[in-house]
Amino acid sequence: MKSILPSQSRPNVRFAEVHRAFSCRRFWAIVVKEFIQMRRDRLTFMMMISMPLMQLVLFGYAINSDPRHLPTGVLLADRGPQARTLLHALRNSSYLTFVREFRTEEEARAAIARGTVQFLVHIPESFTRDLLRGQRPAVLLEVDATDPGAVGNAVSAARTLLNRAIERDLQGPLAFPPAGPDPIDLRVHALYNPEGLTRYNIVPGLMGVVLTMTMIMITGLGITRERERGTMENLLSMPARPAEVLIGKIIPYILLGYIQVGLILGAAYGLFQVPMVGSLALLLTAGLVFILAHLAIGITFSTLAKNQLQAVQMAYFFFLPSIMLSGFMFPFRGMPRWAQCIGEVLPLTHFLRIVRGILLKGNGLAAIWRELWPIAVFAAVALVIGVKRYRRTLD
Amino acid sequence: MSDDFAIDVQGMTKRFGSLTAVDHVDLAVRAGEICGFLGPNGSGKTTFIRMLCGLLRAEEGRGTCLGYDVIRASETIKQHVGYMTQRFSFWEDLSIAENLDFVARMYFVKERRRAVRETLERLGLAERRNQLAGQLSGGWKQRLALAACMIHQPKLLLLDEPTAGVDPKARREFWEEIHRLAAQGLTFLIATHYMDEAERCHRLAFILRGRLLAQGSVADVVGQARLTTWSVAGPDLLTLAARLQRDPAVEQAVAFGNLLHVSGPDAAALERALAPFHTPPYKWRQVESGLEDVFIHFMSRAEGESS
Repeated sequence: MKSILPSQSRPNVRFAEVHRAFSCRRFWAIVVKEFIQMRRDRLTFMMMISMPLMQLVLFGYAINSDPRHLPTGVLLADRGPQARTLLHALRNSSYLTFVREFRTEEEARAAIARGTVQFLVHIPESFTRDLLRGQRPAVLLEVDATDPGAVGNAVSAARTLLNRAIERDLQGPLAFPPAGPDPIDLRVHALYNPEGLTRYNIVPGLMGVVLTMTMIMITGLGITRERERGTMENLLSMPARPAEVLIGKIIPYILLGYIQVGLILGAAYGLFQVPMVGSLALLLTAGLVFILAHLAIGITFSTLAKNQLQAVQMAYFFFLPSIMLSGFMFPFRGMPRWAQCIGEVLPLTHFLRIVRGILLKGNGLAAIWRELWPIAVFAAVALVIGVKRYRRTLD
Repeated sequence: MSDDFAIDVQGMTKRFGSLTAVDHVDLAVRAGEICGFLGPNGSGKTTFIRMLCGLLRAEEGRGTCLGYDVIRASETIKQHVGYMTQRFSFWEDLSIAENLDFVARMYFVKERRRAVRETLERLGLAERRNQLAGQLSGGWKQRLALAACMIHQPKLLLLDEPTAGVDPKARREFWEEIHRLAAQGLTFLIATHYMDEAERCHRLAFILRGRLLAQGSVADVVGQARLTTWSVAGPDLLTLAARLQRDPAVEQAVAFGNLLHVSGPDAAALERALAPFHTPPYKWRQVESGLEDVFIHFMSRAEGESS
């Protein structure tokens, strides 16, 4: 057997350098060690590289705080040529996109509550007649103002657009004097948030944002901690089934999630005077689905993370696109198609619409259903992946 | 229980990718026996123990553990086995009593509160019951771990290097406790690196690179090695050791205080190799091979085979 110690015959140390206040060799040894450790921790390194890339793409390409092509519906009581002109103008505008014409008031209300249209143009029965008489007919523009920032520019654009279209249409003797008032009297009605208060949008949204961050992080940490400290092995050597372990760990986190919801709702009501029109029970039920979705992601992340730090990094990695692509920070309809597609996958996007829908618009289950099932599907898929991966880590 | 064997398994195998961690290991341990499980680091001891208690699924192998099918009945086996991990694996942010209470709940212990209280009293930890487990010293942690994995009165205890980092007095007390429990009919499989502990076992199993090399009582294992050992006293033994090691008949030349132990598998060849040094001032004496000599012998033989 060979000895691991160097032979002691002659000194192998540079004694001259030992007492230096700053030795480049020692310093360099530390630099080399740090680089090696950085290379070993591949996940952190990948995050460090992909974080700026992701931010660049999100801020550079995806985010646009001046959303266009907002879906617009029309209630057309007058079928005269000038009313057609308005429809035509809507079709050609870049801010508003004409999506459909409603037959009844109820139909139109339901669409705006669900969020399928954001603008509703009412053209009254007497529109053409009043216009030709120069009586400045009133056109009602109803706006879903739950996110006031998203519609501001479109409202002013709509005013100009509709008036210019009429002016172009009415040439010759019917022409309006260029310096006079606008040919139509556009009345804007901001629904759900008449004063255009941003906090009506932000405060309910915060509920989803806070839950996204904390639920993923706490589950990720909870399970990774057991593995990091070696207690997971002990737990698994006991006759506990994986389902018992997972569900048992998750229950306290669900409770914690509800405490957060309670705090935010309390603050929204007490401090920010956010209206609460809809059913709180429905909101709490939808909240459970949302919490479960994020706990499932947390479980999946915990099976990937080697230590608690990595679990936190992963939680942050999921949090970033959630907050930016969901419509919380920037209007959802301002994003390009591909970014919207990613956003539609994220539970936060749908949850924001549910929370705002219930609190501000008073939506019921029927109206929020189209936002609830995508979260449920996400939760189910994440849970299957998480549990499968969790089982695999035992071996 | 079949023929009173607590553990009776054949051909246990586990692979991790291209590495065969445990390679067709057979092991039979009678009820009430203390079986020492020996082998260098990374030889597959922990993997084998984990397969026995159902933490890892064996790829091949069959047999019984406490009379239950070792592959199919792993959940039942868990209920009757106590497993003490190599590293302290109880919850450091729970108190001593909370840890015991949790374990008792997991195993459906009857009269749980009393079981916990009695365990605390037996341990001498009743006064510190509310102290966090993380604040205990190494020796106390080990005692707590042993008590916790026995709270459900298992019939078989699998202990993975239970005395690593424990002082000699605590180790001796620990082994006295093990013998007391074995006398009551408990079976132990104890992985260890300490030769003095190995000698306290009823039987030994020696595993290397996933394969079982020898099995039996201490005398059996030493006998199987067919090793001859000489002890020599004299001046400058280090130089002597270096010169002897050049001879292929000498497998080991190890310093034991003021003595040098020289061993080799071929008694005649060893004697020939030593003959030139049978001169004053060296004093030679043939001794019985120790367990450690035997293990080094197994390891170097396996190294020779693989290289």
